[in-house]
Amino acid sequence: MGSGLARFAARRLVSMVLVLFAVSVIVFAIFNVIPGGDPAVRMAGKVPTETQIEAIREEWGFDEPVYVQYAKTMEKLFTGDLVSYFTQLNVTDEILNGAPRTFALAIGASVIWMAFAIGLGLFGAIRQGALSDRLLNALALIGIAMPVFWLGAMLSHYLGSEAGLFPSGGYVEFLDSPAEWLWHLVLPWFTLAVLFIGIYSRVLRADVIETMNEDYVRAARAKGLSERRVMLNHVLRNSLIPIVTLWGLDFGAVLGGGAILTEQVFGLQGVGQYAADSIGQFDVPAVMGVVMYGAFFIVVFNTLVDIAYAALDPRIRLEGDGR
Amino acid sequence: MAPLWASEVAHTTPEANHLTDTVEVDGRPTEVVDELGKPIGPTWSGRFFLGADSNGRDIMVRLLYGGRNSLLIGVLASLGTIALGLLVGLLAGYHRGWVDAALNWLMDVIWAFPVILLGVALGTALAIGGLELGPLSLEGDSLAIPILIIAVVYVPYLARPVRGRVLALREREFVEAARAQGMGAPRIVFGEIMPNLLNTVAVMLPLLVVNAILLEAALSFLGAGVQAPNASWGTMIAEGVDRIISAPHLAIVPGAMLVATVLSLAVFGEGVRKVLDPKAEVRMEH
Repeated sequence: MGSGLARFAARRLVSMVLVLFAVSVIVFAIFNVIPGGDPAVRMAGKVPTETQIEAIREEWGFDEPVYVQYAKTMEKLFTGDLVSYFTQLNVTDEILNGAPRTFALAIGASVIWMAFAIGLGLFGAIRQGALSDRLLNALALIGIAMPVFWLGAMLSHYLGSEAGLFPSGGYVEFLDSPAEWLWHLVLPWFTLAVLFIGIYSRVLRADVIETMNEDYVRAARAKGLSERRVMLNHVLRNSLIPIVTLWGLDFGAVLGGGAILTEQVFGLQGVGQYAADSIGQFDVPAVMGVVMYGAFFIVVFNTLVDIAYAALDPRIRLEGDGR
Repeated sequence: MAPLWASEVAHTTPEANHLTDTVEVDGRPTEVVDELGKPIGPTWSGRFFLGADSNGRDIMVRLLYGGRNSLLIGVLASLGTIALGLLVGLLAGYHRGWVDAALNWLMDVIWAFPVILLGVALGTALAIGGLELGPLSLEGDSLAIPILIIAVVYVPYLARPVRGRVLALREREFVEAARAQGMGAPRIVFGEIMPNLLNTVAVMLPLLVVNAILLEAALSFLGAGVQAPNASWGTMIAEGVDRIISAPHLAIVPGAMLVATVLSLAVFGEGVRKVLDPKAEVRMEH
């Protein structure tokens, strides 16, 4: 089935290129076409001067036809020539500098939420209907209802500043001090993970309960396998598929969503905080850069996840053929 | 419910500051904001029930007015999403062919953006110049802008399930009967098919409102949602986080309101889902 996979991958890559193009057009339209007023004034930031605005108009081609503006905007974005008129810093450099921190945050958080979701989901399924299960369900609901930035602010204030158990914010490079790095990331990781622990543990619980009633699970029990082996080798292995699929969808969304809010609260100085600071200043070129690179990363990442799934599970390739 | 009657309940306006006022606390007059600029905490009675902020504004009053904005945006944005999502889903599902392909692709592209990223992009771009789209003209600080942004961002979440239902419904006998009677496409779509989508919409509505309220709070927290002088729970949390060390109640109170609102709506939504459509699979992100 090697050629089938190659065909699937080729088709996904072509559609990825089309989506990337559409994403670039939409981002361009959002910033330069849709809003009212002069785009050059918007680019210039909160307190622009007349000469600045004139220079920006020239640079971005705002007097020229829309397609020329689009071409100039793309050229700026992809030659790394995008400069914030507020901080005078290069947007691409700022994003690349912050990226490792954002990935450290998102990857660590997803490890935590996967581990907790699997543990709590299994526990809930085994204790189905018991008080502990219902308590977990209620906690999961509360976790889902809490805005990540508010939870972060509360944890950072009460466990950080007040109790002194954790640093109240900031980031330490891993190479400078691995222990400090870990210490500074514990609260942000948990803050970002709570929502997903809530969602994933409930999805896993429901799936485990369904799988436990399958014939092959009964057969495994009838063979006299221990309950532990039945749960881990037969039930859990199958029930992991839906939450791993969810993870593939959510990881990108976390980078472009929860991470911005969490970084802002904890002052991690990654891409997310750069985005948040730029939004606060209405620094349009910086926000445009973050949105464009962020959306591109997510589209490419999702395509790669799709292809990886197809390689692992031939059924997905067939489904893809039907589209 | 109290936020709905904010202007009747409140003793003052959300913008009025009482920097130099004093109130009685435990029988002693206390300054609303002390010499160091530290606002009083909750008095648990009458004026400044939940304390004041550093401009001497009554938090309870701001909470009511801000809550009114949060709920208003949540509900109106969700209704907007439903109108747009129904339109897209009905068009795509009924016409199929290239209309379907084009709309589906557009939905895929919007779906490719995380909601916050798309909301932030629109919020930042529209906050300065406002919006002029044909006859529609909005100021940058208008509440209609976050409503519009949130309505658009969630359209694919409704359009997709609607399209799926329409694809199934259009093959059913009653639609064929309508076609045989010579009804035109608009009458079939809106008169025959749309009423059958009510269940799907009713199941989605509470979830949409929950997500709209949370997205509004997140955008406002970042400064890309509700703009001053308007307030919402999101902007109040943002102000509170800045002063969390001296006056933690400024952040705790609006956040707790937000959690309570979202929780009750989520539980309500769960109930609606169980009654109307036990097998519905609805997934949102925020």
